[in-house]
Amino acid sequence: MARIVVITSGKGGVGKTTTAAAVGMGLALLGHRTVVVDFDVGLRNLDLIMGCERRVVYDFINVIQGDAKLNQALIRDKRCDKLYILPASQTRDKDALTKDGVGQVLDELKRHHDYVICDSPAGIEHGAMMAMYYADDAIVVTNPEVSSVRDADRMLGILSSKSRRAETDVEPITEYLLLTRYSPERVNRGEMLSIADVQEILSLPMIGVIPESQAVLNASNAGIPVILDQQSDAGRAYQDTVSRYLGGELPMRFIDAKKGFLGRIFGGA
Amino acid sequence: MGLLQNFRNNINQRNQGSASVAKERLQILVAHDRMGRDQPSYLKHLEREILEVIRKYVPVDEEAISVSYEQEGQQEILELNIILPDHGSRL
Repeated sequence: MARIVVITSGKGGVGKTTTAAAVGMGLALLGHRTVVVDFDVGLRNLDLIMGCERRVVYDFINVIQGDAKLNQALIRDKRCDKLYILPASQTRDKDALTKDGVGQVLDELKRHHDYVICDSPAGIEHGAMMAMYYADDAIVVTNPEVSSVRDADRMLGILSSKSRRAETDVEPITEYLLLTRYSPERVNRGEMLSIADVQEILSLPMIGVIPESQAVLNASNAGIPVILDQQSDAGRAYQDTVSRYLGGELPMRFIDAKKGFLGRIFGGA
Repeated sequence: MGLLQNFRNNINQRNQGSASVAKERLQILVAHDRMGRDQPSYLKHLEREILEVIRKYVPVDEEAISVSYEQEGQQEILELNIILPDHGSRL
């Protein structure tokens, strides 16, 4: 049975699309038929992060409104043939994302894929609500920063009360926390919330910790999901995250401070 | 080493706090946010109806009744607090 996974956060700019692209690619590379759906109507960006922006012909709303078949709108990734992208509409009205329309498209996607990754827009408006409504699993992305953690908590509340699973009284959405832009050095200096702090505040286990990394900007500059950069700490941290999502038990990596030049000479604090 | 240690401690002291302050603020805020969110929507209605029933027998103030809802793990606790007036004023 296919699973619908929403990547959400509440707060913008924490790495939802980066995560959706990385997790989608990661699952597909392991042989799972995966489609990543952009729900950010009017601010479409998943195509850019995944490097297929020039291949967009039809979009999600064209499909909902019957102007195009699903197959015409889906873009197959050039690097991995198990991976597809369904781009968001850049021009249409957000309200065109109707609950029934979204449900029908997701149902059809579930028939041909193992994982449907929904890349949510920021905020808690209509697009974000539609992205999480049908989800089976949710990856809540947060930075170790107060406003982002608060919004993550808000989003967790919404997932447990406003989703289809909540409304129909079936097993609730499985929630996972993903901490991004983590800087162990700053945590050591007492300047940043630690993994344990965030976990304690949100009382949710961590599925992954992505370190602050130059590789993320480099990857989005080039339109290559960062998980393909296997040399990078962020890329490998995303690989671990995907493995954990699939049930693997791996220790967190890249969560200890690198000792700088002075640190190596004088001994760490 | 003494001087260096001193210097480092100074820096640590200055920085210590910003993360712990963040954590403390968040814990309070999140707890407060959750309290409002987790309350079932019937709570206000329930409070009003209970007040009506009690008023049939005892003249109580609107403020004399409070209903609170808490969740501890699997347990849901509905707490009713009614302040009855002095003996003389019973109907």
